[in-house]
Amino acid sequence: MSVDQFLTTVGAGVVIAPSLLLLILGITSLVGHPLSERTIGRLTQIATVTGLIGAVVILVLMLVLGTRHVPVELGNWVVIPEQHFHFHLKFVFDRLSVPFVILSFILCGTIGAFANVYLHREVGYRRFFVFYAMFLLGMVVSSLAGTIETLFAGWELVGLSSALLVAFFHERPSPVRNGLRVWSVYRIADAAFLLAAVAMHHQTGAGDFEVLMGSGPWPHGVAELSAQQALFVGTLLLVAAAGKSALVPFSGWLPRAMEGPTPSSAVFYGALSVHLGAYMLLRVSPILALSPVLSGLVILLGLITAGFAAMTARVQTDIKTALAFASLTQVGIIVVEIGLGLRYLALAHIVGHACLRTLQLLRAPSLLHDYHALENAIGSHLPRTSSPWAKLLPRDVRDWFYRLSLERGYLDALLVDSMVRPILNVFRWCDGIERRWTDWLAGGESRESDRVPAHHDTLEELV
Amino acid sequence: MIELHLPWLECAILLPLLGVAWLAGTRDADRIRRRCIAVTSLTLLCTVGAWQDFATLHQFEAHDRWDVVSRLLGDEVLIIDELSAPLLPLSALLYLMTTVATLRTKVRRFSFGRALVSESILLATLSCRSPWLLVTLLAASTIPPWFELKERRRPTRVYVLYMGVSVFALALGCLSVKLDGIAGTAPAWGLALMIVGILIRSGIAPFHCWMTDLFEHASFGSALLFVTPIPGAYAAIRLLLPVAPDWALQSLALISLVTAVYASGMALVQREARRFFCYLFLSHSALVLVGLEIATPVGLTGALSVWLSVGLALGGFGLTLRSIEARTGRITLTDYHGLYEHTPTLAAFFLLTGLASVGFPGTFGFVGTELLVDGAVQEWSFLGMAVVAAAALNGIAVVQTYFQLFTGTVHVTSIPLRGRLPERLAVMGLALLILGGGLFPQPGIASRYHAAMQLVRAREHLGPARSPQNDDRSPATAGIDAASAALNESIALPLTVRSSHHVSTD
Repeated sequence: MSVDQFLTTVGAGVVIAPSLLLLILGITSLVGHPLSERTIGRLTQIATVTGLIGAVVILVLMLVLGTRHVPVELGNWVVIPEQHFHFHLKFVFDRLSVPFVILSFILCGTIGAFANVYLHREVGYRRFFVFYAMFLLGMVVSSLAGTIETLFAGWELVGLSSALLVAFFHERPSPVRNGLRVWSVYRIADAAFLLAAVAMHHQTGAGDFEVLMGSGPWPHGVAELSAQQALFVGTLLLVAAAGKSALVPFSGWLPRAMEGPTPSSAVFYGALSVHLGAYMLLRVSPILALSPVLSGLVILLGLITAGFAAMTARVQTDIKTALAFASLTQVGIIVVEIGLGLRYLALAHIVGHACLRTLQLLRAPSLLHDYHALENAIGSHLPRTSSPWAKLLPRDVRDWFYRLSLERGYLDALLVDSMVRPILNVFRWCDGIERRWTDWLAGGESRESDRVPAHHDTLEELV
Repeated sequence: MIELHLPWLECAILLPLLGVAWLAGTRDADRIRRRCIAVTSLTLLCTVGAWQDFATLHQFEAHDRWDVVSRLLGDEVLIIDELSAPLLPLSALLYLMTTVATLRTKVRRFSFGRALVSESILLATLSCRSPWLLVTLLAASTIPPWFELKERRRPTRVYVLYMGVSVFALALGCLSVKLDGIAGTAPAWGLALMIVGILIRSGIAPFHCWMTDLFEHASFGSALLFVTPIPGAYAAIRLLLPVAPDWALQSLALISLVTAVYASGMALVQREARRFFCYLFLSHSALVLVGLEIATPVGLTGALSVWLSVGLALGGFGLTLRSIEARTGRITLTDYHGLYEHTPTLAAFFLLTGLASVGFPGTFGFVGTELLVDGAVQEWSFLGMAVVAAAALNGIAVVQTYFQLFTGTVHVTSIPLRGRLPERLAVMGLALLILGGGLFPQPGIASRYHAAMQLVRAREHLGPARSPQNDDRSPATAGIDAASAALNESIALPLTVRSSHHVSTD
């Protein structure tokens, strides 16, 4: 076996391991024969360790051989040669993807081990690990994607698993509503991403990152686009990244995501998921280099997000939300770094920040316990000192900023009032028009569904 | 024309009718259901046989061996081609799954006999290319639902009015084209009538209210089987595509595009599950029409792929909703039901089929949706982005409904509501097809591309008469011509292998 073949085999194994995990957990759940906790824990361990070892082996070989770019070609998944349409399955191990995929495996493995104990004998244990496997696969595919369509597929998996994990405690309405909010924002981001992929297809003839960024390995590639094309595609990708990484104005979903169990909050919204938008911007950073306007937009969005999140984090009353906004502050700074072209710094920042935040979020429940023990010991609340800079501002201004931060910049209300509600009202009005039309045609009441009570007798009550 | 090795099509059409006779003397509802399952299974085998037999011939079209019907009517009436080959088993599968998944609580409401008659008419429709017979069959297919509405003492006026106008418009439109004689120069009034007929039958806004009315008043199973195979799209391909100029198709495509977005938005605000499903389906069927009417190879391939995925995914999705209805009665979407703990399999399948319908990665519709988006954006740039908007809204609507049905509260029940074995079998069968087609999409896409090229060739004869003023052709048209030229070259070679084998995977 040649070195190239060996690399391809190991690289494929890195993707296949989480795929098999999802397949096994998903199918056994679907056919109504769920596995035992012990088996699920063991399978999760095997999948993450196998994937991690594979990624580390590739990293070592790359360092030994001096290779900076290892493509793993799995051929065309779909091809229509006459129309120049192909859906290329390709994964790339390079200086960007290898650290990120190793980070994903390490953090997901840690969380898997933690959740195995944390959720022991919980009703939703198996469900959690199905979503976990979906998330892990999504992260691995997104990290290693060599084409924009593959990246999109990974994104979708991450989005769905994230939304379902937010709604994990689904016997209450609140987590479910928040899960739906997260999903809605992700769908908007995914729509922008898909449009960017299609636009790129038309402009470069393919969705392959190599075509997109020229022949050079990351980060030295040069995109084969004009400045205008780069601005158009880049803006769509920026919207997608903003949705995925909770940048302003989509920041409202991040604190809502904390409704999920602590392990998922830690790895998904504190560490990996929240960085995915930034990672995608890093991946397409050659486009940013082509358009100063686009780079400016990225920097501006990063600055606004960092400033907003830093203020908001300071007034939160629960630890997970405070940590979420602290995460967002760092993500904003990372985005600024990307906009400034500091790509290695941004990558190092992502890795360091993700590890720290995972630790903090996992520590959060026991930290509160320790705080209470301390306060009980000293007989009062722990002292809190305000920043000396705050005293420079007038009281009214400080109060205004406090209210703004407490209400999280009114971003959710702004989006709902300016976009969601008007659109829904238009459709409700149309629904009313349709009702009147069918009533008139039918010569009476045309909708049986109007008579379905909100809480009707179920079948078992009628038996 | 080449013959199949056996009379598969005639058997598939005749079997359900024989099944009706077999059911006639039986009063026991359970026995009727079992016999119906046997008949629909055999019918499915015949349609699969026809598809496989056709695949071995490596031809663009074929007709039955011994073809009794053609001898009687003096024309090649029943044919199978690249377009209809997978649609026949898909339709038969939907009938089988609906029959299998009919629980005891529903067996007295759901008429198995009428379902078999409908299946026979539908399979005849999908095997038919003769315009007049096609219109006759489309008209005949509207009768069983009408009988059901009458039997259930539900209002029929909306349904009759819309279907009547649709059949009348299609008949007049066909007549005008026939009288005109020269294909490609059909009078505008005739085309307009044909378009109206197809718009109504496909449920394109503002002609869609009959469909919501049908879901309101008919049994869920009957309504599902009447609309899910999308016979309106089939009529559009057979009746309109060969004769309509580009301007007519593009107008139709734009109306369909608006409908796709409109219906996806309407799905978000519905307060009852059947209406929600109806709008979700309307949005998807409109997307199929968008691709068909773009009439470019990529758009058509996308549309034909999405057509299959919609049939499978939304068929399964509808059956899941129907199974839940069988347990709880009509489902309101104004509050949470919390059924997950009682019906986890149905919940998972609901999510799987719902997401498959919006083209989630790894499912059958993923590549088809991307092709459709590609085709739409190629044709209209910014307007084409509406396809993406519709898919995004549909995705939100599906998950919102999933949460409302299965989560949000604790549902207390005194009897088990878990999925029964027949339901689970139906669920697993469809899930396998959805995921199998998603993980290995190339054969399906290659077959749909072949069918798309066949449709493109069918429009070639229109030539410069496509547009009313003999304008210069649009880039899309130029694309069609180039593709056709390429296809003609390939046709000139002996067709000894299917297109999917031509594909290089290097």
